[in-house]
Amino acid sequence: MAKEPVKAGELSALKRSSNFSEVVSGYSQEDALSEASRCLQCKDPRCISGCPVNINIKKFIRQITENDFSGAYFTIREKNDFPGICGRVCPAEYQCRKACVLTKKDSVFASPQAINIHFLERFVGDFGMNNKLEVVRTPDKKISGLKVAVIGSGPAGLCCAGELARLGVKVIIFESLHHSGGVLRYGIPPFRMPRDILDFEIDYLKNLGVEIIPNFIVGRTKELRELFKEGFSAAFLGLGAGVPSFLGIPGENLCNVYSANEFLTRINLMSAYEFPKSHTPISIGKQILVIGGGNTAIDAARCALRLQKMNNIEPDTTIVYRRTEVEMPARRLEIEHAKEEGVKFKMLVKPEEFKGDDRGFVKTLKSLECKLGEPDSSGRRRPVAIEGSDFKLDCDLAIISIGLQANQILTSVTPEIKIDKYGDIIVDTQTMKTSLKGVFAGGDIVGGEGTVIEAMGMAKKAALSIKDYLYSFC
Amino acid sequence: MKILQKQVLCDLQGKRIISLKVLAPQIALKAKPGQFITLMVSKEGERIPLTIVKKDKDSITLIFQEAGLTTKLLGRLGVGDSLYALVGPLGHATEIKLYGKVILVGGGVGIAEIYPVAWALKEAGNHLVTILGAKTKDLLILENELKSVSSELYIATDDGSYQRKGFTTDILKEFLAKDKYDLVYSVGPIPMMQRVAEVTKDFNIKAIVSLNALMVDATGMCGCCRVTVGGKTKFSCIDGPEFEAQAIDWDELAKRNCVYQDKEKHICNLNKFS
Repeated sequence: MAKEPVKAGELSALKRSSNFSEVVSGYSQEDALSEASRCLQCKDPRCISGCPVNINIKKFIRQITENDFSGAYFTIREKNDFPGICGRVCPAEYQCRKACVLTKKDSVFASPQAINIHFLERFVGDFGMNNKLEVVRTPDKKISGLKVAVIGSGPAGLCCAGELARLGVKVIIFESLHHSGGVLRYGIPPFRMPRDILDFEIDYLKNLGVEIIPNFIVGRTKELRELFKEGFSAAFLGLGAGVPSFLGIPGENLCNVYSANEFLTRINLMSAYEFPKSHTPISIGKQILVIGGGNTAIDAARCALRLQKMNNIEPDTTIVYRRTEVEMPARRLEIEHAKEEGVKFKMLVKPEEFKGDDRGFVKTLKSLECKLGEPDSSGRRRPVAIEGSDFKLDCDLAIISIGLQANQILTSVTPEIKIDKYGDIIVDTQTMKTSLKGVFAGGDIVGGEGTVIEAMGMAKKAALSIKDYLYSFC
Repeated sequence: MKILQKQVLCDLQGKRIISLKVLAPQIALKAKPGQFITLMVSKEGERIPLTIVKKDKDSITLIFQEAGLTTKLLGRLGVGDSLYALVGPLGHATEIKLYGKVILVGGGVGIAEIYPVAWALKEAGNHLVTILGAKTKDLLILENELKSVSSELYIATDDGSYQRKGFTTDILKEFLAKDKYDLVYSVGPIPMMQRVAEVTKDFNIKAIVSLNALMVDATGMCGCCRVTVGGKTKFSCIDGPEFEAQAIDWDELAKRNCVYQDKEKHICNLNKFS
């Protein structure tokens, strides 16, 4: 009989839910060896095509079984610059693990039996970090010394910067915030993505010679064309998906109705959970509703619940979603963790109107019940509101987490860069070239919200094209 | 980000309005009237937006009233100190063109935000009637500066300690009643700007205001600064900060700007700021 999957270590719900410590402690060496030994080493490994960047999963797992952890590390690094990050945030159950042969046929996401590829990747990534393994730099004399501007220090920007820096290209990252990391810093909470891991990767890039300039908005502080005039040969735009969407229902601008971006930015970037030691305030509700079903909604809910516990408020945080749990785009692991911590789930709810008190603070959410109808363009069953099913949910804090739109600060002043009707940058998907010569793009600003690994995949592809482009200067 | 000059413009029983000239060559190069910056005083500080009042070759001037913790900490900095973070210029610039006859209405520290716009409108050939308001004479700022760019200047103080007793909007109403104007531009406390919206509506004249909504990143990322304009949600940081006064949901804005009032008091007390 096949061995049971090895569980990753994690802090108990009680221990973790009143602080921002990392929840999953991951695999020990023994765990990793045991889990890796479950891999069937398929002749035709489907997991690899399930990975957005096609990591040679079969090979790195075999290397683990051979105790060759550094070999495994370099196998992953061929395709993925930040295994420690992706091993923590990749939605593996929709990607490699779903493709794993051990996943039951027609399953919406990975079966529990599927190999825990993400935990193995994380183990290997952390091994590499702890042992300071470095991918050999391969300076390319022809292009070394040329300057490339990377706009945005999120997953895409960091990845592209690293790839080019290893070739000896001088990379300068321009970041609009005071801190680098993009969504890894302001969006994903430290209990999922510990800051020392992120700082390690950023410091590593700095050691490679990458320069990061914070507080600099390309499109405002300087325009792209000025950077080119100043001697940059090419630019990579990793601008991210910037502007939060709202529901467009009455009462949405009442006090204590937040976008998930604002709520998370206050906590993660500005450390509002340490108020008043940190000066950025945040409201802490007694009854909190989070509207949405993605990872961001789960992150916001888990942060909100932690704030309640840290402030001795009886936890009462509910995720409100218009479909059901199966259709939630969030990672299954996060959904489980949120439940363990005490986050409540209320499914099949269509928000209609927020009502507030005289001071303008939110008090209730008027809603309709839904049922599931026919599948929509996403393949998920469409929620259909049931007429006359009105009901009210009490809330003194609400967080809207229904997605993001493109931030157009840069593209609005750079009309040469073609955008689509959503404001996303149009690229040649083979080369990641934009319509403006020497300018490449990747990550969420191309094709809307995706995952960290997808962003990095695009960035890596762009880095290769930039390299080719730089040859034209030789 | 280094502070080059500091001037206390007024100090009334510890209620100070301060002007800081900050080294910021890149921002200075780009800044246009109506735009703002976001700054942090320290690593653990908040991000707050402030209007760029003046720019020189390599510096910008910021004027603020010590109100909450961040502005009080900012007020403690001196020449030679550096800000922790400074980013800009942000927001859309004021549309500067020849309108004809323009009335500028500035109240309190909002007068500072009127100044660069007045300057540019004057340069563009407009006839400027400027109406300034303050609670009391000792809290009035930039009178001489605005006098030099205005064709006419009028002042109202709430307590009558200087020139006319009453509100700027009383004077505005009188002007609109006796003559035709092409634009009213106003910055000040929310109740004043709201009154400007009402008065100008009665006379069917366009009024532009610059809002002081709360912000975090100020680049469109968070939506903290959202305001309802003409029934639609707008972000002050990327869609504004200027909007047509008559289209703004003032009641909502006033309430949203008070969300953290209790926390602000608490943190000021903790830091021994009264």
